[in-house]
Amino acid sequence: MRLDEVRDVLRCEVLAGEEDLSIDVQYVVASDGMSEILAFANSKELMITGLTNIQSIRTADIAGCSAVVYCRGKRPDSKVIEYAKAKGIPVLVTRMVMFDICAVLAGKGLKGVS
Amino acid sequence: MTAAELMREEYEIQGGNFDRAGEISSEIKGTLRDLGIAAQSIRRAVVVAFEAEMNVVMYARKGTLTFILTEQEVELSIRDQGPGIPDLEQAFQEGFTTASDEMRELGFGFGMGLPNMRKNSDELRIETEVGKGTSVFARILLNSHE
Repeated sequence: MRLDEVRDVLRCEVLAGEEDLSIDVQYVVASDGMSEILAFANSKELMITGLTNIQSIRTADIAGCSAVVYCRGKRPDSKVIEYAKAKGIPVLVTRMVMFDICAVLAGKGLKGVS
Repeated sequence: MTAAELMREEYEIQGGNFDRAGEISSEIKGTLRDLGIAAQSIRRAVVVAFEAEMNVVMYARKGTLTFILTEQEVELSIRDQGPGIPDLEQAFQEGFTTASDEMRELGFGFGMGLPNMRKNSDELRIETEVGKGTSVFARILLNSHE
């Protein structure tokens, strides 16, 4: 599923990486615990989290995630967004809660990692 | 530096500085990527480095991270001046944590750090003394998990 399709089905606002929305994602990792992301992400997952500090982007970078979607309408500050841009990681935000995001993406054929 | 070492870097880690926590691991990732190391080996090495770096930031006053690259492996040594770990076996159990609420709000301290480090290392050794500090030694073989 392309990232611009993810944006549409989750009704996201794009905060970083507008030019990279043709990226294809097949797997999702979702948690507010960064070590859980690091434990389960393998490569190029879409990361869903409610944690909006700079560690969320550092974790996505270290884990090799393709993009980050912030849930519950939580917005990172501008420093975090700039850091994501520097790392080339697209950042999206949706008002949907994590459970609903995962349900929608699973319904579209995306898979979790474990 | 021995003949087998291609690169050696030593970094200072500042305890309690959450804004900068993870910068060292991110820099190591960039270095390994620039050298053309395989992505999976990079991921394993930097997950170990990142978890260790976060532990120093969360628990210790300060520490150092030494990164050594050879033809065959990445070696990481992380030494801190922190509280030490009273029960190492317990600390390795998934879910066990001594983290504060503040640490958990930052997304860490869910009891996965040490298990993650062990999972991504080919060899992991920890020396710790309560009241003195903890040293972590990890070896990550290159190309062993492609």
